Amino acid sequence: MSNASDTADGTVFASPGLMKWRYTKDKLAAAGVTVGGIGVIFAVVLIFFYLLWVVLPIFKPASLEATTQFALPGDSGDRSLLYAIDEQGEVGLRVSGDGRLRFFSLSDGALRDEIDLDAPLIAASHVDEASRKFAVLTETQRVVLLEHQYRLNYPTDGSPRTITPRIEFPYGQEGLEAPAGDIMSVREDEDLLTLAVADEDHITLSQYEKSTSFFDESVSLEAIGDQTLILPRQIDALIMDPLQDWLYAFNYQNAEIYYYDIRKFDQPKLVETVSAAEVGDVITAVNMLSGGLSLVVATDDGKITQYFPLRNEQGTDYTLQRVRSFDAAEGTVVETLLTEQRRRGFMSLAANGTVGAYFATSERELTDMQLEVSGLQIGAISPRANVVLVEHANRGIQTLRLHNEHPEVSFKALWGKIWYESYPEPDYTWQSSAANSDFEPKFSLSPLAFGTIKAAFYAMLFAVPLALAGAVYTAYFMSSGLRQLVKPAIEVMEALPTVILGFLAGLWLAPFIETHLPGVFLMILFLPITMPLTGWLWTLTPDSVRHRVPEGWQPLLLILPIIVSTALALALSQPIEATFFDGSLPHWLDNEMGITYDQRNSLVVGLAMGFAVIPTIFSIAEDAVFSVPKQLTQGSLALGATPWQTLVRVVLPTASPGMFSALMIGFGRAVGETMIVLMATGNTPIMDFNIFEGFRTLSANIAVEMPESEVGSTHFRILFLAGLVLFLFTFVFNTLAEIIRQRLRNKYSNL
Amino acid sequence: MTGAQRGSAFKAWYKSGDPWIWMTGGAVAISLLLVIGLVGLIAVRGLAHFWPADVVQARYEVPGKAPMKVLGELLDSELASKSRLASAGLPVEGDKEFYDRYLFKVGNRDIYGSDFRYVIDDWLVDREYPEDITVFERLEWGNLYGWIESVSENGNVVASGEQVWDALLQRQQRANQLRADIEKIEKHDIGAINYALEKLRLKRRGLELRDGLNAQAEQQIAAEEAELQERYRGYEQQLIDLYGQITRDSVSVRVMTGETLTVELSKVVRVFRPNAMGVFGKLRHYGAKLWEFVADEPREANTEGGIFPAIFGTVLMVLLMSVFVTPFGVVAALYLREYAKQGFMTRTIRIAVNNLAGVPSIVYGVFGLGFFVYFLGGSIDALFFPEALPTPTFGTGGILWASLTLAILTLPVVIVATEEGLSRIPRSLREASLALGATKAETLWKVVLPMASPAMMTGLILAVARAAGEVAPLMLVGVVKLAPSLPLDGNMPFIHLDRKFMHLGFHIYDVGFQSPNVEAARPLVYATALLLVLVIIALNLFAVRVRNRLREKYRALEH
Repeated sequence: MSNASDTADGTVFASPGLMKWRYTKDKLAAAGVTVGGIGVIFAVVLIFFYLLWVVLPIFKPASLEATTQFALPGDSGDRSLLYAIDEQGEVGLRVSGDGRLRFFSLSDGALRDEIDLDAPLIAASHVDEASRKFAVLTETQRVVLLEHQYRLNYPTDGSPRTITPRIEFPYGQEGLEAPAGDIMSVREDEDLLTLAVADEDHITLSQYEKSTSFFDESVSLEAIGDQTLILPRQIDALIMDPLQDWLYAFNYQNAEIYYYDIRKFDQPKLVETVSAAEVGDVITAVNMLSGGLSLVVATDDGKITQYFPLRNEQGTDYTLQRVRSFDAAEGTVVETLLTEQRRRGFMSLAANGTVGAYFATSERELTDMQLEVSGLQIGAISPRANVVLVEHANRGIQTLRLHNEHPEVSFKALWGKIWYESYPEPDYTWQSSAANSDFEPKFSLSPLAFGTIKAAFYAMLFAVPLALAGAVYTAYFMSSGLRQLVKPAIEVMEALPTVILGFLAGLWLAPFIETHLPGVFLMILFLPITMPLTGWLWTLTPDSVRHRVPEGWQPLLLILPIIVSTALALALSQPIEATFFDGSLPHWLDNEMGITYDQRNSLVVGLAMGFAVIPTIFSIAEDAVFSVPKQLTQGSLALGATPWQTLVRVVLPTASPGMFSALMIGFGRAVGETMIVLMATGNTPIMDFNIFEGFRTLSANIAVEMPESEVGSTHFRILFLAGLVLFLFTFVFNTLAEIIRQRLRNKYSNL
Repeated sequence: MTGAQRGSAFKAWYKSGDPWIWMTGGAVAISLLLVIGLVGLIAVRGLAHFWPADVVQARYEVPGKAPMKVLGELLDSELASKSRLASAGLPVEGDKEFYDRYLFKVGNRDIYGSDFRYVIDDWLVDREYPEDITVFERLEWGNLYGWIESVSENGNVVASGEQVWDALLQRQQRANQLRADIEKIEKHDIGAINYALEKLRLKRRGLELRDGLNAQAEQQIAAEEAELQERYRGYEQQLIDLYGQITRDSVSVRVMTGETLTVELSKVVRVFRPNAMGVFGKLRHYGAKLWEFVADEPREANTEGGIFPAIFGTVLMVLLMSVFVTPFGVVAALYLREYAKQGFMTRTIRIAVNNLAGVPSIVYGVFGLGFFVYFLGGSIDALFFPEALPTPTFGTGGILWASLTLAILTLPVVIVATEEGLSRIPRSLREASLALGATKAETLWKVVLPMASPAMMTGLILAVARAAGEVAPLMLVGVVKLAPSLPLDGNMPFIHLDRKFMHLGFHIYDVGFQSPNVEAARPLVYATALLLVLVIIALNLFAVRVRNRLREKYRALEH
């Protein structure tokens, strides 16, 4: 027995040791392959979950968290006029009416530094939060500009870094002489500084020119002049925009906003008086959002309303446009509005101790929180908008931590119409970044999704007739010899890199179509006539010629006529343009019809991307038609139906689900295609059905913007969201198509 | 046949549905024509670029303007309508509705500001093709067209008149040789020293970070640095010497404007007289240009020279990808087909894997950027390369991440193809093996896998073909327009997986769309596209052949 399995060199295959080893190996292999296989499948699932993991934080709601409480640092019983926080959110600054500036630690309220201005103060206001400038108005009628600065030290011995605050006087400690009054607003740019001080019945505007000394580069101010604006009523607040173009004065009791135009300093004028609430309601707080365009106004009916100046319809003048309003927390009266420095976010402080956070662009009421303290009066948000301090009625400070990374995103902001600053009306806009930091990011995915669908639509318009008709012919009429040639040709077509199609579309096809536009349309007219015409002429040729060509070779017979009719169409193109369209159809469209013509447009993309999806649709549809059981068609033919009748009545109904799934997969491919649309359109995110204009698709948008996007920013995550949308869309589409095909296959096997 | 008979025959023919059959046949014909036309267009445009075109000398007479002497190559022509030309500001006042317009390569970008201009055929008169026009291909400023006046050595004329051409050719060869020497020293030798110095800098920084930088280590590093600096100075001396030699010769060239330009031979790549060349001369030139194209580095912002780094980058990336994708793809297919219990779960997985092939490639790019580059790469940097921070080592796009991303992208292709191969192996063979007492693993390893290997090959080839043409994801994970060094070189550890690389497909996108001089770049883009298309078609046809042969083989086995 043992001899049978022994070999010449004496190996015993059935020895217990070897058998054991072999079984162990078998088990190991099974375990290894299973682990590996499941691992690979898991890795594939990981793609989805990773994308989701990156995207999810933008949907995380904002939250507020009370951190510490401490008594007012260095409290002398005076009114607090202004608070500020450093970049790191560790040091606070309090400016109080006794003329003292106190830096304090935000973790425990410990006093860090104290500067005495030697004069009691009436008012204080921020000049430019980004450069940490603010101004104070003293009782001695002077306006002093100050800067709160912080120096970071990283000790070499590894102990934690320290922050040393200090105060600087950019224009000297002396200050400017101020007109009489107790409400102030100061703004400056590189050349000018404007100071507005309101008294009971008028505002005095003073403008100063900056001049830089040649010796020590110090900047001094030179008065240009004063202007007086008569106020309709006494006011409670005054806000100037950073460009020193507009001045807004607020009467709280009558809920009135006086909107002044001070662009021409010599002729300041009242543009209009805006009523901010219903009769009987009063304004309770106002502030200006970062960017210097929008005002937020809180009224005692529980609303916070955003306004910005907008050119009126005639384009002649401006009006203060009411844009949107937010609901303050139930039953609260907003006492103060704090604004973020770098985004269009703001917070409300209410007398009953409620703090609310809002975001203007996305129209979101993010979160609110009832503090244990009440009588919230004044506060500050740190530059990074993560630390908030509020002063409460018990002469103490409450600090809060704000978790609010992605307030820009809401369903409406992504997909709906949003009224962006300075836009004449709500609109769908994608504009993720701009040169200056005052820019309001516009994250509407609608134009991108629209562009994606538009691209896919035009591509399908070109590809579907060709691919389906071609597939039907190849599977049903074509001779098998020719079929063996055609199928690899289509496979080659499928394998062509899309970067090459895109490059040809952008650099060759686009200019070609621009100069041969009538020819392209003539082709659409000529080609469908050429084919049956050739067929008819073929029936008239003598039998001796006809019988030499086997059945199912029509495509080869058609090649020459197609080339001839295409050439004819193109040759007629320029004479037609010259005769009817003043020599250039694109110009004519633009001038006479008002239709914009971009060289790289949807038509070009449709042709190029159509070319890319033809093979996808073709091979699946061909497969579907080819696998229709032969007995069905033979039965039909035997009953006397012509081949075409058999095709239309028997084959197509049977194969239609398969052809439908081919269309779905083709559509999925067109939706995700990147390089062709990137290279063959201008990539402008507009929403317009015009075939002669471009668009931007989700995929091209990712390719263009992803490399420049800051990791972890809202923009970055929205691009990931676009990727996730593409992933899910194609995955669902393909799965549906696959299920349809599988059912079809089962049906055939039953036949 | 009378007219009436013909009419009724037409009606019968129409009713039979034959016209529709012709229509569907026409769709096939159009699709075929599109493919052939596209490949033909790329081939013609790409291959024509290397052919030395004749240089024409002519007078360009724009009506109402002073005639102008021009010199250059006539390239594409097109028919332009009168109104279009008029809107371009040209005085077209005759009856003619259409004019032939040529793209005219005038070269001499340093003089004219641009290489190309459009000329109207009718206005280009007195065309001549003088044999002594010389074309200079330069390192900068593109081609120079003109007549050689004299050749000088250190400013002294050494040849003029008749012997000038031979003298120029000879000296040009010498300059080219010297340039090759200089490049070898600069790129290879000094490159290695710089690489070693950078390594030392990182080593010192790494020791500092770990508090391990004692006097002894510092001394050792300093000594090594000193030695490298010493070697560097040696090479520097050689370079100074070579630069002295290479700037020796110059040539005076009279250009069309009548000026005489002095061109240093060190800045000239090639000189030739296309009008004097015979067919064989042109063929030789063609061959040389073609070789330069595939074997040289790009020049002039990628619009001239070769695409070798892009070919190299593509090949290396694809090879790395194959190393990743093959084992994983095969294991996954084996599991799905041989080990997993067939049922709803495997069916679902199969559909999912199939559909992954349809997920847009840019999504893989997004995943690669987020997961590989920022997440994995960032973690690797923090753990293993803290000394280089904040400069990222693996935390930025590179060839490793690019090939991993493409491996995931092509995984479905390999899985599907391998599975198909496994499913085609007749049951009888497995059963025979098992019946002879082999374990399952042995059956797989000795019987099934060898038989399925052509299917795996097919899958791999298709994966390679797809990866070679994919651009969108690569743009996010490590492709650059111009990589300073190849990812494979003579410095330890020879293969640098963190380096960025160039890629044929991205090269096409970049040169075609981001180049400042599109007209000059276009022919090169066509040539690059042709190369890529040929490689991909060849790979695909090969895969198709393998697959077909395989099918035949098993069909025979089954009966």
